[in-house]
Amino acid sequence: MRTFEGYRRANGSIGVRNHIIVINTVGELAGFTNKLAGLVPGVIPVVHQAGQAQYSEDSDQTIKTLVGTAGHANVSAALFLGMGSKDPAEGIVETLKKDGHHVHSIIFDKDKSITECLKEGKAWLESALERSKREKTEKADISELIIGLECGGSDAWSGITANPSIGALSDLIVEDGGTSILAETTEAVGAEHILANRAVNQEVGNRFLEIVKRYEQRAKAVGEDIKAANPSPGNKTGGLTTLEEKSLGCIKKGGNSTLMEVIDYAHKPREKGFVFMDTPGYDVESVVGLVAGGAQIVLFSTGKGSPTGSPIAPVIKIGTNPKLYENMPEHIDVNAGKIIDQNYTIDQIGEEIYTKIIQVANGEITASEKYKNHEFSIWRLAETQ
Amino acid sequence: MGQKVNAIKLDEKDNVAVALETLKVGEPLSIKGGIKEINVLKKIPYGHKVAIAPIPKAGKVIKYGECMGIATMDIAIGDHVHVLNVRGLTEEDKSFQKEVY
Repeated sequence: MRTFEGYRRANGSIGVRNHIIVINTVGELAGFTNKLAGLVPGVIPVVHQAGQAQYSEDSDQTIKTLVGTAGHANVSAALFLGMGSKDPAEGIVETLKKDGHHVHSIIFDKDKSITECLKEGKAWLESALERSKREKTEKADISELIIGLECGGSDAWSGITANPSIGALSDLIVEDGGTSILAETTEAVGAEHILANRAVNQEVGNRFLEIVKRYEQRAKAVGEDIKAANPSPGNKTGGLTTLEEKSLGCIKKGGNSTLMEVIDYAHKPREKGFVFMDTPGYDVESVVGLVAGGAQIVLFSTGKGSPTGSPIAPVIKIGTNPKLYENMPEHIDVNAGKIIDQNYTIDQIGEEIYTKIIQVANGEITASEKYKNHEFSIWRLAETQ
Repeated sequence: MGQKVNAIKLDEKDNVAVALETLKVGEPLSIKGGIKEINVLKKIPYGHKVAIAPIPKAGKVIKYGECMGIATMDIAIGDHVHVLNVRGLTEEDKSFQKEVY
């Protein structure tokens, strides 16, 4: 059985990092969130522009994402910055405290000077950092890992090298009792019947068909016909013949395991095994949803070297072609391009990714962590008020 | 076989392989796993598909172990498999597939 060293949290979850974060509830505090993190070396800013002037489906989604992010197993402590009397920060902190998390909120209001707020925040973060250094790791089983599966900046090789290798890895994780979450509903259009047929029961299959249909209709409402526009002329030049083939290239990141559950954006899976999360195709928003849903590590295939990272979870970049690895080795953690020029098989790269996951879970820093790529953006559903 | 692998079969069930480099007419295919005596009939650009089994008209084109399209004419072993001889699935094809599974 493969194991790793992780941080056990009060609620029983296990993290592969021990981050101290500062996070804003409203976009207006983005600047101060960055500033405050800068005052205490080692603290990570989690910065976004959402949380204000939103209709309820968006404000619910924002709060759900913030709770999942700050309450993540990779987080040792989180400081929320909120603004004004109706700010959700205090409510979020109460919820998280009940679950045993080390959290605090500071509300920027007319009664307190900004200098005072920053001073209070700095002191809390410093003590949280000291506290985190005393936290010890313990041995944990692979079955406690949730791996997010993502792609961004894809190329003609994505569906041939990196994505099938991630699929092989996903099947291995599932066999070992762990969980993998495939995402990006957009990418499944055209191959939805294949994943639906792999569902554990009809209810899960129908739920999957439903979210793909909903996505297609949303796109149609703004004049985009995904089925008619794909594969694009560029895709065809690259060798893709049908929409089914293009979508298969993406959803094969999920391997061949049974689809156990379909979950909403930023929601936690209740089942173990292979799961699908409803997210957009935009890599930053999709990774944020996966991580808020509990993924401790994200696998990310890229043909063009998309630098997308996460402030919370290590993102492991899987390069699709040898040229990319030659040009930007510092951005790529696993080179699936070896399938093209070094006779490696998909299963061999799948094994290599597994080894990398264990190393990263044990603390090895990924390329996107080294460069502090802390992208964070929440999937927006409706208009801004 | 000391020959460099020049195509990849993504699943055991597949009847197409993907060229890992641009294949010239007459070039022998070298696929990791199961090697077959196949000579390429047409130039296959890298990333494109080559038939590794005969696919009859209206037959399924299988890649990733899944049906990714339907042949619109007979496709010979070694032929280029692309938009000229393959179409996507209709809703009817998909409901038929469902019954099969």
